[in-house]
Amino acid sequence: MTAHPTRRVTLRIWRGDRNDGRFVDYVADVDEGMVVLDAVHLVQATQAPDLAVRWNCKAGKCGSCSAEVNGMPRLMCMTRIDQLPADEPITVEPMAAFPLVRDLVTDVRWNYEVKKKIRPFRPRKPDAADGTWRMDQEDVDRVQEFRKCIECFLCQNVCHVLRDHDKHAEFIGPRFFVYAAALEMHPLDTEDRLADLRHRDGIGYCNITKCCTVVCPEHITITDNAIIPLKERVADRFYDPIRRALRVLFGD
Amino acid sequence: MAHGYERHDCEVLVIGAGGAGLRAAIEASAAGARTAVVMKSLLGKAHTVMAEGGMAAALAHVDDRDSWKVHFADTMRGGQYLNQWRMAEIHAKEAPERVRELEAWGALFDRTADGRILQRNFGGHRYPRLAHVGDRTGLEMIRTLQDHGVHQGIDFHMETTAFRLLKDGERIAGALCYERERGRFVVFRARAVVLATGGIGRAYRITSNSWEYTGDGHALAYHAGASLMDMEFVQFHPTGMVWPPSVRGVLVTEGVRGEGGVLRNRDGHRFMFDDIPENYRNQTATDPDEGWRYVIGDKNARRPPELLTRDHVARCINREIKAGRGSPHGGVYLDIAWIREKLGDAAREHIRRKLPSMYHQFKQLAGIDITVEPMEVGPTVHYIMGGVRVDPETQMSDVPGLFAAGEVAAGLHGANRLGGNSLSDLLVFGRRAGLYAAQYARSVSDPTLDEDDIQRAAAEALAPFERDGGENPYALQRELQDLMQDLVGIVRTEAELLRALEGIARLRERARNVSVGGNREYNPGWHTALDLEPLLTVSEAITRAALERKESRGGHFRDDYPNKDPQYGAFNLVVRKAADGTMQLERRPLAPMPEELTRIIEEQK
Ligand SMILES: Cc1cc2nc3c(=O)[nH]c(=O)nc-3n(C[C@H](O)[C@H](O)[C@H](O)COP(=O)(O)OP(=O)(O)OC[C@H]3O[C@@H](n4cnc5c(N)ncnc54)[C@H](O)[C@@H]3O)c2cc1C
Ligand code: SF4
Ligand code: SF4
Ligand code: FES
Repeated sequence: MTAHPTRRVTLRIWRGDRNDGRFVDYVADVDEGMVVLDAVHLVQATQAPDLAVRWNCKAGKCGSCSAEVNGMPRLMCMTRIDQLPADEPITVEPMAAFPLVRDLVTDVRWNYEVKKKIRPFRPRKPDAADGTWRMDQEDVDRVQEFRKCIECFLCQNVCHVLRDHDKHAEFIGPRFFVYAAALEMHPLDTEDRLADLRHRDGIGYCNITKCCTVVCPEHITITDNAIIPLKERVADRFYDPIRRALRVLFGD
Repeated sequence: MAHGYERHDCEVLVIGAGGAGLRAAIEASAAGARTAVVMKSLLGKAHTVMAEGGMAAALAHVDDRDSWKVHFADTMRGGQYLNQWRMAEIHAKEAPERVRELEAWGALFDRTADGRILQRNFGGHRYPRLAHVGDRTGLEMIRTLQDHGVHQGIDFHMETTAFRLLKDGERIAGALCYERERGRFVVFRARAVVLATGGIGRAYRITSNSWEYTGDGHALAYHAGASLMDMEFVQFHPTGMVWPPSVRGVLVTEGVRGEGGVLRNRDGHRFMFDDIPENYRNQTATDPDEGWRYVIGDKNARRPPELLTRDHVARCINREIKAGRGSPHGGVYLDIAWIREKLGDAAREHIRRKLPSMYHQFKQLAGIDITVEPMEVGPTVHYIMGGVRVDPETQMSDVPGLFAAGEVAAGLHGANRLGGNSLSDLLVFGRRAGLYAAQYARSVSDPTLDEDDIQRAAAEALAPFERDGGENPYALQRELQDLMQDLVGIVRTEAELLRALEGIARLRERARNVSVGGNREYNPGWHTALDLEPLLTVSEAITRAALERKESRGGHFRDDYPNKDPQYGAFNLVVRKAADGTMQLERRPLAPMPEELTRIIEEQK
């Protein structure tokens, strides 16, 4: 077996709780190929046993290990140390848009509450006598992109409407526009979420800065493929003068 | 001073929110039971989310020769006939319905040309049988169940770990849990409890499993008086990543081989053709050409040997590595890029579409483009066939009111699980566990909680804070992992197993002396300390059962008894906690199989 070159790095990790906190420097010798999460675990196992951090899969599949690494929202398990600048400390801090629990762990429960409000999937009647449906791969492919979401909430974390303007009560955030798009464009779904999107979910607040798309570890084109088409559907429904007139006459 | 706790009452408490737990909760709640679910992580993060390849169900969409009978026979053959035949039968019959139900709840599977659910090849399955979504089937499954479940009035408690099961006399009465966030205790009084806690992979150093899989459910059940069965059967998945070191063990889906990936040693030799077990010879391709024809759907071709069962493939890889024919980082090569010889330039796109997350995983973590280069892979601890012994129909354990489903339960897989049979297991038996737990809950009155028990358990949970300067819980966990990896691994011997038992006993002593600093709020050091006891308990159970089974079968291989011994094919090994607190082992004869099923097995030979 080949020897694994190690490298000495300084990790500048945010330590603290709801009341108070600061950055603490830890020096660690990391192996070739290590990711930031490995280094955090190394610190935890040898220097700071109570360092709070979430993770599960270590392979970018569960969306648990979201944090800000050198100021960039990332999955710690998919961020290789050898791709970060070698001569500076690596800063690791919790997501800023959610209340802190401790160290790198934030309270993301709000996201789960938001999701519950979105009208659930309602399929059309089965296509076949045996109670099953027929769908083309092409139609399935259209929504698969949205269904790749691992609920890491990094997009929620960078969206200025939540992060800077704190509109958590009026705006569901990019993750849930992706979710709504997955349902609206699901080949079998018959539910209508457009009124909710406009009136309750605050889709109008999104001004298409695309910050969410940039950070998505699943490379979901959140703005172009999910938000803009939803905005268009909302606009068609609520701002198209002819349609509005028809709606006044015949109901929604 | 008495320890404080928050108290909740429910009829059915489900411990675990993977596929099995969610499916159980949905069913229990649909049956009218007040249902609560606790889980160690956040909702949607359980192991199930990581499953890649697919779920096995004899839908017969791709090959109409498939049926429940073939699926049943495949499962029994894969399990070397130690499976509980009734569970294998129920599973094969009910899986198709459970998959269709997922579709009705919004899951979107890949499609056949005529618009039905597409199925792919997997090891040990005679026909293409795995319903899938690229290589992220588990995500599709858990998200569908989660999104469906949150509208069913189920009470979800995230990041809440069960520490002790509570009893009222012989019957189950609930569980004492702790919340990670504040470290507070939560007591659930429940008429029925469903364990759906998944596996034990963290007992080993090289594993595809996350921190959660410390055998909690196995240990909770054991201490509550239930039996564990088949614990000697641990599945080593043949293909885990081996490089870079920090990702060692991370899974490379069998789907790679299903799509035509081949295994080669250092010399470029496709070694899987060298050793084909007798009972699979009829079903295995004789040359690479036939293997490829199988991959692209030629119904007259037989499976390539890379798709033999996992126990066998893992041992062949192990042999190549031990013999010095491995790859530079101590694995062998898994090559999917070679299919460009067959598909030309379209191969690249094909691989990226069929195996997107594998592509991404290797690109990002190892700097390897799997569409042009081979991967380096080696065996990784993946799954435990053994678990809580349950009634095949209802999933109830020996303890009245205590149910188990999913990976934590034993019986369906026998000595070796076929890939794809877990996800379908979760749905079939998760549903059954939920249904019968709700039924049971209706038939009994509310149990009485014993306050002394609760206080004793709470004090035990807090003990690591009381000690100063004791052992580091992370270091102890690591030592145990090294011990299990080295002494109770893929190839076992009596001498090593005996050494392992001594080592486990010593670690148990030392574990009584772990100490943790900091406070109770989101303190992983504390959580790791509490995970030690279940890890030690399952490690001991695995080792004792492995010592007792003096033969080689399925996931259990003894170097000193390298052959299968028919005498050992007649019983399962069962582990129980004796009155004096020691671990007792018992041989339990297999239930005789009805003639109809025996005939099916014969016909499918
Ligand atoms: C990388 C990978 C790929 C796989 N691919 C496939 C595949 O393609 N096909 C297939 O069939 N199988 C596959 N498997 C196996 C399969 O995914 C698992 O066996 C299955 O998901 C287990 O599901 P489960 O519901 O039993 O438990 P899990 O999904 O493991 O969930 C366990 C739950 O229990 C909770 N829990 C554990 N202990 C406690 C406690 N003390 N208190 C409270 N909660 C607790 C956890 O938090 C979690 O919510 C794969 C496994 C891995 C690791
Ligand atoms: S594009 Fe819209 S949703 Fe995305 S970050 Fe910008 S404002 Fe937020
Ligand atoms: S859309 Fe992307 S960034 Fe947002 S939660 Fe999902 S995976 Fe994460
Ligand atoms: S640990 Fe699962 S995404 Fe990082």
